[in-house]
Amino acid sequence: MSIAALLCCVALLFVLSVMSATTNRLFNASIPVYAACFVLSLIMLWGGIGHLLTSAADMEMVLPIGLAWTGAHFKLDALAAFFLVIVNLGVAAASFYALGYGRHEEAPHRVLPFYPAFIAAMNLVVLAGDAFTFLFAWEFMSLTSWALVMAHHREKENLHAGYVYIVMASFGTFMLLLAFALLAGPHGHYVFSEMRHNPVLSWRAALVLFLALLGAGSKAGIYPLHVWLPLAHPAAPSHVSGLMSGVMTKVAVYGFIRIVFGLLGGSGENGGMAVLTLGGITAVMGVLYALMQHDLKKLLAFSTVENIGIIFIGLGLALVFKTNGQDAFAALAFTAALFHVFNHSLFKSLLFFGAGAVQTAAQTRDMERLGGLIHRMPQTAFVFLVGCAAISALLPFNGFASEWLTFQAIIQGPVPSHWGLKMLVPASGAMLALAAALAAACFVKVYGIVFLGRPRTEKAKNAVETDRFSLTAMFMLALLCLLAGIFPGFVINVLTPTVREMTGAHMPHHAEGLTLVPVSAVRSSYNGLLVFAFMVFSAGLVALLARRLGGGTPRRAPAWDCGFPLEDPQTQYTAESFAQPIRRVFGRSLFRASERVEMPPPGSSAPARLVQESHDAAWEGIYDRISSRVFCVAERMDRFQFLSIRHYLGIVFLSLILLLGVLALWF
Amino acid sequence: MSVMDYSVAHMLAGALMLASLMMLYQKRLYALINIYALQAFLLSLAVAWQAVLQHAPQLYITALIALLFKALLIPFALHHIVIRLRIHREIETVAGTGTGTIMLVGMALVALSMDVMLKAAANTALLEREDLAFALAVLLLGLLMMVTRRNAVSQIIGFLSLENGLILAAAGTKGMPFMVEISIAFSILVAFIVIGLFLFRIRERFDTVDLRALDDFRGERRLTEVSSGRSSCGNEGKTL
Repeated sequence: MSIAALLCCVALLFVLSVMSATTNRLFNASIPVYAACFVLSLIMLWGGIGHLLTSAADMEMVLPIGLAWTGAHFKLDALAAFFLVIVNLGVAAASFYALGYGRHEEAPHRVLPFYPAFIAAMNLVVLAGDAFTFLFAWEFMSLTSWALVMAHHREKENLHAGYVYIVMASFGTFMLLLAFALLAGPHGHYVFSEMRHNPVLSWRAALVLFLALLGAGSKAGIYPLHVWLPLAHPAAPSHVSGLMSGVMTKVAVYGFIRIVFGLLGGSGENGGMAVLTLGGITAVMGVLYALMQHDLKKLLAFSTVENIGIIFIGLGLALVFKTNGQDAFAALAFTAALFHVFNHSLFKSLLFFGAGAVQTAAQTRDMERLGGLIHRMPQTAFVFLVGCAAISALLPFNGFASEWLTFQAIIQGPVPSHWGLKMLVPASGAMLALAAALAAACFVKVYGIVFLGRPRTEKAKNAVETDRFSLTAMFMLALLCLLAGIFPGFVINVLTPTVREMTGAHMPHHAEGLTLVPVSAVRSSYNGLLVFAFMVFSAGLVALLARRLGGGTPRRAPAWDCGFPLEDPQTQYTAESFAQPIRRVFGRSLFRASERVEMPPPGSSAPARLVQESHDAAWEGIYDRISSRVFCVAERMDRFQFLSIRHYLGIVFLSLILLLGVLALWF
Repeated sequence: MSVMDYSVAHMLAGALMLASLMMLYQKRLYALINIYALQAFLLSLAVAWQAVLQHAPQLYITALIALLFKALLIPFALHHIVIRLRIHREIETVAGTGTGTIMLVGMALVALSMDVMLKAAANTALLEREDLAFALAVLLLGLLMMVTRRNAVSQIIGFLSLENGLILAAAGTKGMPFMVEISIAFSILVAFIVIGLFLFRIRERFDTVDLRALDDFRGERRLTEVSSGRSSCGNEGKTL
């Protein structure tokens, strides 16, 4: 498929957006809009997959719009094609899910016009071939997603989320603008292919890497730039949350890869170390935040932060290996990162869709008010379990395959000569392992509290299974999670042109697509299908034996009553109970968490209370300080609002004299 | 270009600047208006001389506009306003320091503009360079007058004399197109009318055209807001 056809699809999405904006007063157009988005994204998905499978040559196109003399450049290469697949796979699933979910939307006229525009903007970012088009599409993506976050703007929490989001998004775009300005150089090469042939050197390259980390990292959710993410993602309607978490953060990763790998051509050793360190910190901090969180969608958003950390560990390793000339290992780490990008987009969309189904069924996202949904929503519970297993990197799902590959890059990679790297590479491995283990604990908590046990409220008790469209979308994603876990070799074969384009090498071709061999078959290999067959076989055997030996009919008993037949569901284990041990271990140092018991004075009838406190170091250490400084300066500057005319004239006069004085001294 | 041509242009531009300096220490409004009229007249002469030198007939129209509007119509209207406002006998206090200091500052400004222009425009012809230097001096002196005066009428005159400097620069450098010139002239006129109307409104409300009255009027609000702002400054910003 040519790039012109892809751009036509994008243009159609814009038309769709305008049309739904004009007709939304007349009727609720949610079904036609989502159906059209679904079809268009399938077409673009086909284009992306076709480009990857046939290893077609790069396609470019220049349209006479945008900046004068430059025009708008569009380019489809292997990297863009891969992210085109990620974006449109997520969009197709979200649109299909929304065919059912969209019916519950109270204010469709605030969602429908922005949804196609948001999709179009994400596709444009990926297809952009020059800095101006890229930044325009990037900012457009930010603004449309902001509008979607603000869809339910009557809730106070959402207003705050929208405010923080737009501040962070403008900050990120500004940083990217500076990065592109440096890349363009004094001659103004704004087209990506020109930038590539005019590399920037020394401290400028380091600065570009730093700005790209700030700009793309704030969108992706790198610690400590992640603060907007757990606020904004849950505020949007669930299919949009899924898109923002599963897809938009990946577009940000694309931006980082495009700048650092594509335009900068790698970074120095220090740059790679910085990315690696940040990735490790982000992974661990993200999952710790997630563990403490009891709002289902916020928890998923924090888990996105963790997964972005895992992706950046892979990218950092690729940068380090590439600097040292070990292209094969760079290709391995880069493949692992891209594979995890793909996997995370699948299971995070799935989990957000599941959370949306739970939210509409039980009308709350607070985990302490859910429970026992496995009996009321059995199919949702099943696909959610698949998502939880995949994100916890359990066999045989796709999360395992990509995290295993990252580990292989860490363990089997050559011992680096740099002393810092000697410590940092194993340390990042330890961080990754810690994050993976904590993530598993986190999703045990999610599944146990939300779906198992007894319902904690009446609403949770009366929940019913969600609609067919939502279920179909979730089942498709769950199936893809399983398939990508069983046949990882196939995914890696598809990734080959992208990896070769960015790192100069690629992993060995997997002929049958079954056994995954990162370095050599002697050292390690992984066959997903074999593991899956073994699991099915042994689980079936155990089930059979249990059925045979355990006697006839299964007995049903009240869940989780620990031998005490109390009726009150409050006696159950809670989400807080799950989080407490981990908060006690990590929380004291990282979150300055404290617990104390407040006893009432003797004679008082007040209840005793357990008071918990925790502090967010990122928020209090950075953002609160910045905002208080800004307010302080603003209040000092406030005095300039209340001067007399003569004083204003005096200021103008003095600055004029000052400038003239400088001029007089300068020449 | 003969020495004579150059000398006349130089003299007229210099006279314009001298008129600006004279305005700086004028305390009486009538005298101020008269000197402004003189400056405008000198401006029309200077522009007309430039028209002769450059063989540019459109500059005659500029000179004519300067003569009609600035040397006759506006001073006449200002006289009328001053009498209507009954401030023609007032002696104005110049803000801050005495007139002597302001004259010194004015001379320093002239020196600065000479220094800057003679260096910055080193590549242009001699006449243009001198004209530009004088024009910049007139402009800065007009601004200085606006900064130091409290009376609204003298601020207007400062503004108008500043504009005279602009016209002088434009006429000297053959740069500004005729249409721009016309539109500037008319916008000045409109600004003048608007400011005149405001003068009467201010007078109606505060019984004075001293701008301190306006400051006092806003003062109450300013004091409260500044003090409340100061107190909250040290707090942690919780709004973000």
